[in-house]
Amino acid sequence: MGDHSDGTPTTSDAVAKAGHGEVEKFQDPGLPPHRLRLADTDPRAAKRAERQVAILFAISIVGTLVFFFAYFGIRLDSTIGTLRLQNLFLGLGTAFAMLGIGVAIVHWAKTLMPDHEVSEERHVVRTEDDRQVAVKIVDDIIEETGIKRRPLIRNTLIGALALTPFPAIVLFRDLGPLPGNSLRHTMWDKGVRLVRDPTGTPIKATDVTNGSAFHVIPDGLNELTEGKLNEKAKSVVLLMRLNPDELHPSQGREDWAYNGIVAYSKICTHVGCPVALYEQQTHHLLCPCHQSTFDLTQECKVIFGPANRPLPQLPITVDNEGYLVAQSDFHEPVGPSFWERG
Amino acid sequence: MSSATQSNYKPATRTGRITDYVDQRVGGSGIVREFGRKIFPDHWSFMFGEVALYSFIILLMSGTFLTFFFDPSMAESVYSGPYVPLKGMDMSVAMNSTLHISFEIRGGLFMRQVHHWSALLFTASVAVHMLRVFFTGAFRKPRELNWVVGGVLLILSLADGFTGYSLPDDLLSGNGLRIIDGVIKSIPIIGTYISFFLFGGEFPGTAIIGRLYVLHILLIPALILLMVAIHLFMVVVHKHTQFPGPGRNDRNIVGYPLGPVYAAKAGGFFFIVFGVIAFFAAAFTINPIWNYGPYDPSPISAGTQPDWYIGWVDGALRLMPGWLFGVPLEWNIPLPWGVNTLSLNVLVPALIPAGIVFTLLFTYPWIERWITRDDREHHVLDRPRNAPTRTAIGAAGVIFYCVLWAAASSDLIATHFKVSLNDVIYWLRALFFLGPILGFIVTRRIALALQRKDREIALHGRETGRIVRLPHGEFQEIHAQLDEYKRYRLVSFESPKPEQGIPNENGIVTKREKRRSKLSHFFFEDRVAPVTPAELAAGHGHHEEITAGDGTKQVSH
Amino acid sequence: MKALSRKRRHPLAAVALLVMGLMLTGGLYAVVTTVNEAKADTTTYSSEQVNQGEKLFVANCATCHGLGASGSDNGPSLVGVGAAAVDFQVGTGRMPMQMQGPQAEQKPVQFTDSQTSQLAAYVASLGAGPAIPDARYLDGKGDATLGGELFRVNCAMCHNAAAAGGALTRGKFAPALAGVSNQHIYEAMVTGPQNMPVFNDANIPPQNKRDIITFLNTIESQGSPGGAQLGSLGPVSEGLFMWIAGIGIIIVFTIWLTSRTS
Repeated sequence: MGDHSDGTPTTSDAVAKAGHGEVEKFQDPGLPPHRLRLADTDPRAAKRAERQVAILFAISIVGTLVFFFAYFGIRLDSTIGTLRLQNLFLGLGTAFAMLGIGVAIVHWAKTLMPDHEVSEERHVVRTEDDRQVAVKIVDDIIEETGIKRRPLIRNTLIGALALTPFPAIVLFRDLGPLPGNSLRHTMWDKGVRLVRDPTGTPIKATDVTNGSAFHVIPDGLNELTEGKLNEKAKSVVLLMRLNPDELHPSQGREDWAYNGIVAYSKICTHVGCPVALYEQQTHHLLCPCHQSTFDLTQECKVIFGPANRPLPQLPITVDNEGYLVAQSDFHEPVGPSFWERG
Repeated sequence: MSSATQSNYKPATRTGRITDYVDQRVGGSGIVREFGRKIFPDHWSFMFGEVALYSFIILLMSGTFLTFFFDPSMAESVYSGPYVPLKGMDMSVAMNSTLHISFEIRGGLFMRQVHHWSALLFTASVAVHMLRVFFTGAFRKPRELNWVVGGVLLILSLADGFTGYSLPDDLLSGNGLRIIDGVIKSIPIIGTYISFFLFGGEFPGTAIIGRLYVLHILLIPALILLMVAIHLFMVVVHKHTQFPGPGRNDRNIVGYPLGPVYAAKAGGFFFIVFGVIAFFAAAFTINPIWNYGPYDPSPISAGTQPDWYIGWVDGALRLMPGWLFGVPLEWNIPLPWGVNTLSLNVLVPALIPAGIVFTLLFTYPWIERWITRDDREHHVLDRPRNAPTRTAIGAAGVIFYCVLWAAASSDLIATHFKVSLNDVIYWLRALFFLGPILGFIVTRRIALALQRKDREIALHGRETGRIVRLPHGEFQEIHAQLDEYKRYRLVSFESPKPEQGIPNENGIVTKREKRRSKLSHFFFEDRVAPVTPAELAAGHGHHEEITAGDGTKQVSH
Repeated sequence: MKALSRKRRHPLAAVALLVMGLMLTGGLYAVVTTVNEAKADTTTYSSEQVNQGEKLFVANCATCHGLGASGSDNGPSLVGVGAAAVDFQVGTGRMPMQMQGPQAEQKPVQFTDSQTSQLAAYVASLGAGPAIPDARYLDGKGDATLGGELFRVNCAMCHNAAAAGGALTRGKFAPALAGVSNQHIYEAMVTGPQNMPVFNDANIPPQNKRDIITFLNTIESQGSPGGAQLGSLGPVSEGLFMWIAGIGIIIVFTIWLTSRTS
């Protein structure tokens, strides 16, 4: 039947008119009459509920037994299968042990415990009487300390308290060294060989065919006994080969590549994930963390995503045995930007 | 003062004597008298605070078990356990001991999965609980401060989640730390120093896991416990809120007594939550670190994302372009002492969305209070539809989060829905701005529509589906009138009206008042008033006659 | 008979039928894939094969790749790509392409095994290129640990640490590797199909390719000790699962818990 649009108007005027200002309200009819449950009236229903609760508790007991069976009965061997089986039955045992108890108690409460809703008065969070007494007490306390009358004490107290946190802050100074120049240098240097990650074997220029990508670390990194990961986090490099005429080196960088082989820092200039995804046909590098995309043919300029700076290029050449080596360190800091980078 | 009464009592049984002994020394009787029959209202949506509390207890229990076997050291070691694909690999002791827990400690893998699944449930239930409180207006006076405590708990649970996620020192979490390091370094002036102090030198260093461990198992859980204690104490002071309905008002509380019904349900519910988590841990893998392998700065896995509750920050990092219409968002600023770098492309997404969300979250109770000038205590909740603008703001917030979390999964969306990764980002960039606005508009319209439906039902009753034909030929459906209890549920709400600015003592409407008036109109301009008895009476007359076709009337003259 | 027709209406009958159907399909698939792997290691081709291959090429491939496989605007030259590239592209159904798209996708194989090797023979005859790999590198009995490490450094960034696949730019993607035959994995590494980089034998020696294949076989066959893997997609699928299944189950319990018993 017709139109159910009572109250349809959406502008304030029309709808507000409905109320005509302050209007009388409906009287609270009070709590609805209590309805009896089946188990309240039918002793057989109550007995049935009682049995159901007991069965649920029994299920919990079985669950606990399953847990013991899984713990002691399933022997872990070197295969994944036994571990998966044990994990499954430890978990199912626990799940049934817990759900059995939980569902039983709730079922018990819902069917057999009284379900009369009760109304209780709230009391005021703060009574006026309490407030007056409290104000009096606090005033007395302040008065007794005399802090208002003795500003010298008050001011020195404030000064002393204000200073005390500073030693606690200073204590944390030795959490780490100051940055110094460490972010500006890597292990790369003139003549350092490019070697494969993780095996550490050197790479001949002739090994790098068109379309291939090598994940590279500096020679000697694997032999470091200290700070190996720190150095690796700065010096990992991706090595690729393109047709030399696809590269468009800017002035001063013409000789940084060798026969179309280029090496770029793998650490994203955004927040430092390894930019390791190389698309050999589009010559794009993609960072899997935040999707910054760098174009190899434009000296790894950012063409999409949140990064701002191109990836730093490592100038390379070959040594007299034909192995790829670095010409120098990177010419700029690698990885994410920092305030002092400049 | 009550010593006279105490001395007379002689317990008869052994248990009685022990109880009495304790009672005389701790005053248990008073506690039982106060709380034994305390009333708690019952509604399914009230249970999520309990889910959060229970999953936190499960976290404490499973976490304690894990600490007995986990070694938070970044010293190098060689894996020699039974998992073949990692045998003989170099890895930190932390990773090694996590693999040891997973593959050699019986029940260790189960406890790890219990711990991680309950961490996800913990944060999720905190979020659901806060959404419930927001949508029902439970944050209003006198509960504003408890809302703030809840907000602090949310932040603490995110922090505890993230620190825990990093502990195994696997490839996934290590790259997560790498991102954190990159974000920290973008902070102007102090960023580099914070990074060096946090990691004990250059990233990744050898200190971070141990430091996160102390935060994860000691400092943050202790703060969470403290906040939980304050939170529950305030719940006792305020008593619980209740939904509107017959017999319920701001001066009473209707529900079941703590003992036995509520205690039984709440206690049983703990076992249910534990059971559900145990089932998850039994049947579903979570955080398979053996797939990711140990952390190494060179490799990375496709689909590298943080857990859901950090996902939105990662999503913001993905959406922010590095260049905006050809303008770089990283600036090298020449200053007298040299050139400094400001990375807005990192700093803005890392700080601004989270800043907006948490600022709004912490200040919202006071914003609404200022707009409505409402200084009354509220113990009866709003049904979400009866506060359309607030509900719409909440929905906009949820959509904001969902867009950012979707952005954190942009690569998974691309592969699973066979769309271009770049297009996903473009769409989500648009949705970042449009999604919350559309969500706001649609939700408010839906809330108003539901209110109108309530009006219709209160006035005319429910459609019965019985069609009658009247003597003059018209067909009409018979409506069954509501009983007074059901009707009261639909009509007992307030619908504030938009306010004009109020002149101050000098008769001037201040700028601030004008702004308040504007916001008041924004909040309450579109409103549906509750049915009044007079309207109902008019409606009844109309329906008894069953005259033709002017079903429209009462409201919209 | 009567009993059967009654059971047909059993509520579980549909499930049983589905299970039977799935097992049948799976079984057939297993048979087919083994047959597929059983051939291969012949690297010398007869001139008969080359001739047959040329006919097939002219009929099916030359439109895009040009006569003599010298390439055109629609497809690259195939001179020197080798038999391995053909066996991979044609043997996985990627070629012939149905339509131009971001990348050639896997689809039902269009040629029989002997036709595929004829095509391979023809293309191999045009110029030296990677040959069909030797069976001893495909046995999956290498070093899974080294293979795993190499996989994480060289492959996981695109294919995911658990080989579940991942996204590339503009609609391209790296496929999941479960269910791909060892031979095709090897051929993909050595030829670099589409945008995948080439991992030649100087970069990853055949022995190490065998290790990588061993690693992939290991993780595929053993499964996860923790239970269902939720697609091995990491924290996003875990979070979604908790929000949908976890919170969903909890809500069902809370509604039951707070509802009135009749």
